[in-house]
Amino acid sequence: MLYREAGQFKTTYAADMAIFPIRQDRVALALLLAFAFVGVPLLSTYHIWPLGSDYLLRAILLPFLILALAAIGVNILVGYCGQISLGSGAFMAIGAYSAYKFGTGVHLPIAWLGTEISIAPLPVLASILLGGLMAAIVGILFGIPSLRIKGLYLAVATLAAQFFFDWVFLRVKWFTNYAPSGSVNAPDLNFFGVTFHTPIERYLLCLIFVTVFAFMAKNLVRGNLGRQWMAIRDMDIAAELMGIRPLYAKLTAFAVSSFIVGIAGALWAFVYLGSWEPLAFSIDRSLQLLFMVIIGGLGSILGSFLGAGFILILPIMLNLIPTELGVPLSTETITHLEFIIFGSIICYLLIKEPHGFARLWSIGKEKLRLWPFPY
Amino acid sequence: MVLLGQFLEVLVGGLLAGVLYSLVALGFVLIFKASGVFNFAQGAMVLLAGLALVRSLDFLVARGFPLWSSIILALCFAGVIMAITAWLIERFVLGPLVNQDGLTLFMSTIGATFILEGASQMIFGSDVYPLRLFPTDAWFLFEGLFPGGILVNKLDVWGGFIAGILVAGLAVFFQRTKTGRALRAVADDHAAAQSVGIPISWIWFVVWLVAGLVALVAATVWGTKLGVQFSITFLALKALPVLIIGGFTSVPGAIVGGLIVGAGEKIAEVFLGPHIGGGIEYWFAYVLALAVLLVRPQGLFGERIIERI
Repeated sequence: MLYREAGQFKTTYAADMAIFPIRQDRVALALLLAFAFVGVPLLSTYHIWPLGSDYLLRAILLPFLILALAAIGVNILVGYCGQISLGSGAFMAIGAYSAYKFGTGVHLPIAWLGTEISIAPLPVLASILLGGLMAAIVGILFGIPSLRIKGLYLAVATLAAQFFFDWVFLRVKWFTNYAPSGSVNAPDLNFFGVTFHTPIERYLLCLIFVTVFAFMAKNLVRGNLGRQWMAIRDMDIAAELMGIRPLYAKLTAFAVSSFIVGIAGALWAFVYLGSWEPLAFSIDRSLQLLFMVIIGGLGSILGSFLGAGFILILPIMLNLIPTELGVPLSTETITHLEFIIFGSIICYLLIKEPHGFARLWSIGKEKLRLWPFPY
Repeated sequence: MVLLGQFLEVLVGGLLAGVLYSLVALGFVLIFKASGVFNFAQGAMVLLAGLALVRSLDFLVARGFPLWSSIILALCFAGVIMAITAWLIERFVLGPLVNQDGLTLFMSTIGATFILEGASQMIFGSDVYPLRLFPTDAWFLFEGLFPGGILVNKLDVWGGFIAGILVAGLAVFFQRTKTGRALRAVADDHAAAQSVGIPISWIWFVVWLVAGLVALVAATVWGTKLGVQFSITFLALKALPVLIIGGFTSVPGAIVGGLIVGAGEKIAEVFLGPHIGGGIEYWFAYVLALAVLLVRPQGLFGERIIERI
């Protein structure tokens, strides 16, 4: 009863193909966006609970937004195109370090040509987008093996990207502008003359990026390209026989996915961390992103958000609970307990709902359609 | 002659180190063959086996048991722990996930990895525990032929010896025993195996148990080499390229893959590393594996992947 689209007649094809055809969805989304864009900054400015201090904004909402963006990118590749990737951390790193290089100016002497490539420091927005572009190019390169390799073999092959780029950013000093410690600082976040300093401003910046890219991704996956990806995912040979070019479909999936992941990496480095080391984008990050996508729901943009929120908040909650309850445990035991509980919850969720939170959400919507009657 | 001597030394060292990677890779292959599960938890199982072994050994020795009997008792204890682990994983993680796709199963083994890492360190402690089951000093071979001879680590030779026995034992187990044949039947076709009366959950328990015992063997060698500590779980990541080079489904493939990775990695590090900045051991195996996959997508010895619509 709450969620009934009876009476909402579509009289044009455009209305029928709208991105959110049901009015309740549109209203809910508009409310959510209004709250995120206006409500959260207001609450935070006037220090109203739960945003009394910056903690929630800085330590939870900001990483949540960026990781959700990265999860959308991974979901395009893993969930929509069915190509398992364990190298997303590397693509975040490529986005971050490329953006850093473009933001601080590129000087690449090419000895054997006797010349050098020299680019003046670019504005932050341009360097973040170029960072995404570089990640997309490398993504296409590492996507080429996917034309021959499938499934778990591909997953292990993508680890090659992860380990190779971990090493590159650690050992090749050019990428870190020869910083002795290997850690680098992001340039000022100056967009068109406005500098983003405070947590609220940073939050709004990320929110804009996430909103734009989430809408783009949502539109992509319901269009021609997205349907090609899904056809490849469901059965690549059959898709090929129907006239879908696997080369084009797989490589575009790698490119779009790496682009979004690269942007997320640049944001993670510039907006969230501020200064970072290659360790920030290790294999743990790749596994974390894959968890978000699978727990959230493969092939669902909403699922990326749900999964990102869950995987991000669960360890924080697990960390807080013993201290809140005042259980006298050593920090070591708490860490190990966290491991055990985190692993158990992951296994439990995979067993109870292998299709993730997105499936639970759609089941919930079906139930709401009939509520209060069982059927 | 000096260069040849150095090359041989690096090659032999690499080959023997490769056998140790194979020890870990074997556990993966066994489980993948029998249940199609890509078991990320193998590294954590090595950690658990090693911790159970070294802690019980220390405990028994401290109580004044003679060394030999306490080694045997500790091995038995660790074996029992691995059996319990195998049963728990089969019963609570993989049993309920029958017929899910490979990715979900893979992620569930990552979940199991977290549980095993947390539990093993909580129960047995999280320090570095030295284990001394094998000699760790070095031999010098062919001292007349090359100046300084070729340095070979005794532990690596022991590792190679043990891996040989293990593979022979597994081959006999798979070819000659009833359970082994049932295992191969399950690997071939779950449904068909079930329909001729092979109890599938029992078979999976046996597979995880065998993989656990292989992990225990790997733990004795690696624990002697590195000391039993948390970083032993990263062996899983070292064993993955070995697997894809050899093929996920082949026991000899795991050995050959290990040899290729071990030798290639050491030779690249010594002869190529200084030119492009050291530490290339870190990714060399993976890039090698990627190159192999481009030529043979199923690995060198893997079963050919045939797809039907």
